[in-house]
Amino acid sequence: MKSSERDAQWAVMEGSMAVARAVALCRPRVISAYPITPQTHIVEYLAQMVADGELTAEFLRVDSEFSAASVVYGASAAGVRAYTASSSQGLLLMTEVLYNMAGTRLPVVISAANRTLSAPISIQPDQQDTISLRDSGIIQLYVENSQEAHDTHIQSFRIAEDPEILLPVMVCMDGWLITHTYEPVRVASQEAVDAFLPPYRPVYSLDPACPLTYGSFTDDDKLMEFRYMVHQAQGRAKGKIEEAALAFEKFFGRTHGGLVDPYWAEDGEVLLLAMGTMVGTIKEAIDQLRKEGQRVGLIKIRSYRPFPDERIRELTRGAKAIAVLDNNISLGAYGALACDVALCLANQANKPVILPCIVGLGGREITIDSIHSIVKRAHQAAEGRRSPMEPFWVDLHPELL
Amino acid sequence: MKLTVGAICGPAGSKANRTGAWRTFRPILKSDFCTGCGLCATFCPDSCVFPEGEVFCIDYTYCKGCGICAEECPSEAIEMVVEEK
Repeated sequence: MKSSERDAQWAVMEGSMAVARAVALCRPRVISAYPITPQTHIVEYLAQMVADGELTAEFLRVDSEFSAASVVYGASAAGVRAYTASSSQGLLLMTEVLYNMAGTRLPVVISAANRTLSAPISIQPDQQDTISLRDSGIIQLYVENSQEAHDTHIQSFRIAEDPEILLPVMVCMDGWLITHTYEPVRVASQEAVDAFLPPYRPVYSLDPACPLTYGSFTDDDKLMEFRYMVHQAQGRAKGKIEEAALAFEKFFGRTHGGLVDPYWAEDGEVLLLAMGTMVGTIKEAIDQLRKEGQRVGLIKIRSYRPFPDERIRELTRGAKAIAVLDNNISLGAYGALACDVALCLANQANKPVILPCIVGLGGREITIDSIHSIVKRAHQAAEGRRSPMEPFWVDLHPELL
Repeated sequence: MKLTVGAICGPAGSKANRTGAWRTFRPILKSDFCTGCGLCATFCPDSCVFPEGEVFCIDYTYCKGCGICAEECPSEAIEMVVEEK
């Protein structure tokens, strides 16, 4: 496609608008949502588009996130493209339905505007909410900025609806840092999205003329096989996520990576693993450290589920230390990403030292200095001068304890 | 049998689940007491009671032994006995 035809507009806009525009371009037929900060603007923009006649869709305002998820579950079962969005407590209230959605193999796309969980109550961002949904069978993609949020939604419908996948996809973006930040965004053209994303052709759909049972009863003789089938679909999704990113690049001339997006990782002695908006800050810090001659690199995790274990093993082969930056914590253990990375490297020969780091909980700002302190510790751990066993709580204020 | 994606299946697919294995109490119909009123068949949540001639029969392949038929029977013609396997 000619570059002049790829994008309809290049303008400064709120991240929520970049997401809403992308969702509208994908022509969903049913949208349902319940407002919760910081997700609200996305669905407000979509509701406005429907009210103004710019988008032909049923927009259902409901009484809770549980209902919103149930509505899109039903819509998807009826065979149409469906979309919802939420944050924090709202995502937790959806949880029961989300497990069902994955188990019933309904390709709904969900935006998750990351916000920490109560208590104490806070509206600031961290990834605790979506990380707590990692085991549901839903595909989770984490994005770095508004442009990636826009583009990843378009890719997500294609991944979700692939007949070999048929799983919900959750696009996770840090609340405020993406949803309420104004950045220049290239909005795709309708023609290009229509060419990239074919109309949804459901394998099954509810029809009174041809009744079907959804979520039917399964006993101990088959349940494990159904779980295995979802796990296999997650495995196939690794290739489909890479393919969608490559096809998107071909259509639109830009990429944000596939399963991962390495930055100066090839010769990195110290590698940072991270996901979400902190990736931008880490890149800036790496630029500074590279100028000083330090061999520091980054592996941005774009797909958290499926987990890109093969790519991580390939990219960490030459590293001496890996700092894993978790914007969540499995209380009583480690950050979720650190646990996954540790297991993924456990059987490697000459594996690097792993430094688990807890960062930015409840919106604590992750600054360039935070990154420098992590890199310093990682060097010390690599040289055996510091035990990496205790997670490093970055920028913790011990004087308050 | 091949499993379907998402456990989505056609009508009457649940017949494959032989829920009679769940039973801890077995309903026994005493035909001498049965008046043929049919309340047992009306109330059975699994449609496991059905008429046969003058009386009623119970399909033990699917009956979970909930005891609603015995509870509803006005003639005390159904007795719940412990299932021994």
